[in-house]
Amino acid sequence: MQQAEQQRNNRYHEALIDFLYQMADDELTIGHRGSEWLGVAPDLEEDIAFSSISQDEVGHATFYFELLSELGEGDPDQLAFARTANQRKNARLLERPNHDWAYTIARGYFYDVFDHLRLQELLQSNYIPLQKGVQKILREERYHLLHMETWFERLAKAQGEAKERLEKAITAIWTDLPDLFSLGQSGEILREEGIFPISESTLYDKWAQQVKALFDHSGLTWPAKQNETLENGRLGVHSSDLQDLLNVMTEVYRSDLTATW
Amino acid sequence: MQRVISALAEVKDPEMPMVSLAELGMIYDVDHQQGHVTVKLLPTFVGCPALQLMRTQVESRLVGIEGVASVDVQFVMDESWTTDRITEEGRKKILEFGIAPPSAEFAPHKAPSCSYCGSTNTEVVSMFGPSACRAIYYCKTCNQPFEGMKFV
Repeated sequence: MQQAEQQRNNRYHEALIDFLYQMADDELTIGHRGSEWLGVAPDLEEDIAFSSISQDEVGHATFYFELLSELGEGDPDQLAFARTANQRKNARLLERPNHDWAYTIARGYFYDVFDHLRLQELLQSNYIPLQKGVQKILREERYHLLHMETWFERLAKAQGEAKERLEKAITAIWTDLPDLFSLGQSGEILREEGIFPISESTLYDKWAQQVKALFDHSGLTWPAKQNETLENGRLGVHSSDLQDLLNVMTEVYRSDLTATW
Repeated sequence: MQRVISALAEVKDPEMPMVSLAELGMIYDVDHQQGHVTVKLLPTFVGCPALQLMRTQVESRLVGIEGVASVDVQFVMDESWTTDRITEEGRKKILEFGIAPPSAEFAPHKAPSCSYCGSTNTEVVSMFGPSACRAIYYCKTCNQPFEGMKFV
């Protein structure tokens, strides 16, 4: 009896940790990519907006890394900076370079809709520290989502080069979409244990419903659903883009591993 | 305890030094037991970069007060700070400083009255400003950009 209880606890603990890494790595990766617009965004307002949004995202990553630390995973800074690429659980889409503004906006919009849905579902999570933190994070994220949505619609309705670039970006992003909705090795367990209440396919359907409405409204063609691939970031399988990102992001950290920040 | 509360009331927000942490509604709990003070603060934004600075400011203000030997500052994430927690006095000081106080609801397309001339002929420039909690607006009466705290 006691052994069964213990196994159940281990199962809960492992699934929770895996899921928190997915969330932390998603936010840190997109936060770092967003920060790369500093000084080179199309206008001053966007320079400030992307810096502010990225600061929020990295802050949310910090919150998730601190939860992991409380669960015995070690120092939050080390979790953020010292883990290798194949230890990271972010969706592959988020590690891609920014390309152009249209790609950045489309990726930002697709991710923010997804993240918003994930956070809203977590309001039902039985892991209370996460459920309570998410209430606060949602109050901030809605500004990000609104910003990306506004830009996405603006580019789609602009016609000409803006729309052409946006359509090209959507095509490129579509092949990278599947693992965004993957819950990695723990999907079923997360649901059974009450950590994250919905399945991958329900998560995708909710996302598609919301994003397709804006496609229809903005005159964009909805592409066919992409088949899942074996390249799943949630399982630690990444492109070389992640290593390139880590080389830059961790350069200062690696220069003095004993420094206090 | 009263000495601790009064001293704490003097600690200002690092990014908006005209208001105190108390006026912003950031103080969640204060506990004073046998010389040890624990202050629980609610961060305005989860990723606010000024948190460590606030921790240091609270510690250095409280340590050395009669009867206080040690101070522990904790950040609470279980409870959401919202702009509704800002006191009336805090809102007044924010406005006097030239920043429009936050609205009472999530209304990102609506600009507040101008913080300089009071005109309602204003528009939203960007929901992102010099700090996570501020937005940029424009007043078409006095032809000036101005800042406002955004509702969270």
